[in-house]
Amino acid sequence: MRGSHAVAELHDTALPGSGIRREWQRFTPGQRLARFAVYFFVVAAFVLSLGTVEVIPEFLWDAPAQMQDLLVRMWPPDYAHYPASVHDALVETLHIATLGTVLAVVLAVPLGLLAAHNVTPSHTVNTLAKLALVTSRSVNSLVWALLFIAVFGPGALAGTLAIAFRSIGFVGKLLGEALEEAQPGPIEALKASGTPWPSLLVFGYWPQVKPAFWALVLLRWDINVRESAVLGLVGAGGIGVALNTAMNLFQWDRVAVVLLAIFVVVIVAEVVVTWVRGRIL
Amino acid sequence: MSEAVRGSPRRAFEPDWLARIGWLAALLYVVYAASLLDFTWARFVTGLEQAARFFDRMFPPDFSRWEAVLKGLKESLEIAVLASVGGIVLSLPIGFLAARNLMPAWVNWPARALIAACRTFHPVIVAIIFVKAVGFGALAGILALVIASVGFIAKLFAEAIEEISLKQVEAVRATGASFMNVIVFGVLPQVAARFIGFSTYQFDSNVRNSTMVGIVGAGGIGAPLFVAFQRFDYDVVCAILIAIVAVVFLCEILSNQVKRVFGDAMRDAREPRGG
Repeated sequence: MRGSHAVAELHDTALPGSGIRREWQRFTPGQRLARFAVYFFVVAAFVLSLGTVEVIPEFLWDAPAQMQDLLVRMWPPDYAHYPASVHDALVETLHIATLGTVLAVVLAVPLGLLAAHNVTPSHTVNTLAKLALVTSRSVNSLVWALLFIAVFGPGALAGTLAIAFRSIGFVGKLLGEALEEAQPGPIEALKASGTPWPSLLVFGYWPQVKPAFWALVLLRWDINVRESAVLGLVGAGGIGVALNTAMNLFQWDRVAVVLLAIFVVVIVAEVVVTWVRGRIL
Repeated sequence: MSEAVRGSPRRAFEPDWLARIGWLAALLYVVYAASLLDFTWARFVTGLEQAARFFDRMFPPDFSRWEAVLKGLKESLEIAVLASVGGIVLSLPIGFLAARNLMPAWVNWPARALIAACRTFHPVIVAIIFVKAVGFGALAGILALVIASVGFIAKLFAEAIEEISLKQVEAVRATGASFMNVIVFGVLPQVAARFIGFSTYQFDSNVRNSTMVGIVGAGGIGAPLFVAFQRFDYDVVCAILIAIVAVVFLCEILSNQVKRVFGDAMRDAREPRGG
């Protein structure tokens, strides 16, 4: 390992006793140059953005007063609004998140299997599956929601499909990676006994990826609860619709109730996920 | 021979009835929830027809308003860059304060609460609040994404610090180093690579979200996209989506490069120690 190019470079390679200082440097000139390029690029991007972004600084000085005004308008929250129209929307949000996650898992499992090179030994198929997963991930769930609203009309169906299609990429990618990390030993043993491939998946791969699978499904459900709360802003059902209505009417005391409801649900979802993870993993 | 195997009472894989009941319950839930949300086959079929019309109107994409698209994308990128820098700079101290192995409880509890508060709401909801506070425009988007960045980077950074080896920290402390020196020479080198990893990941995430905060008026390409949707200008929508995906993709390549520059060097530098 001593020969590794990054270990230590001795500059001014002097003979012992010649009196010339030896200087230790951690990185090779190439690495230093690459690092300098990154620093330079980051600073340049920052300065350029700061210089050209259209921000009115006066608005920032005004912000504390505006925030205070907002809080005064929000207080006290209009709790009577909750049973009237927030509760049903909240339940709908939870259904959207859960159904979306279920649908995403159903669609992501085959893609994950196709993306893992040890399960599907074809480079072309792996690449195609990975491309599909990247596409799913690079479109934001709000954009997916807008697309599905254009197709199925506003409502929970568009929201569920948006959540599902955004999650496919996430679940599929991580599932594919978990499959690729599976130990080949049990798989080879099963293959040697002449196991057909469905059994190979169920008895060879599934026990190995089960913990990773449940962990990532739970994680995605947690994320989806947060995401499904905003889908209503573009009309895809759930509590976001109630939020949008209250905001458009400047009923800030009702906005406060909706935000509180979202806050509670997100916290409860996180507690549930932590508890379930502790139980099954 | 095979008869004997088949006839044996022992099974290698016992059926797990609890798991089967669980799967059945999940299936029942799906049917129940789907009926509750009014998902019907008829709607699906109508949707397919609608989808055909929709895609027909989307293509070819209309790039005639490319100047407006470019302006929106530029603003989105500015929001992402400024929010990432702001978020990274804030996450460093907050992450340190939230690490339970470095700080006493009265310091890390407020820090952890702050991080949790930053994580609770979706960036778009935070953006709504900031639009009210600082008005329409990029500033609201930047502030919203700074909050989101702190929630993500500081949380993972604190967790990374909690996993470090304390031997090196003790060694540095034993030389009589000051607190800042312990941080800089004992702690930071152990977590720097992971911090850069979290930061580049969050930058990608910020680029994606910066294209969305415009929907609530917080600047960037989101506003023109939403307007085009509402006007049913689906060919413009298609053009904007292509532009967004291209930018997101380019930024991902860039941040992978950054990760490579720092990641490889870190690994190489660690190798000799491992023998």
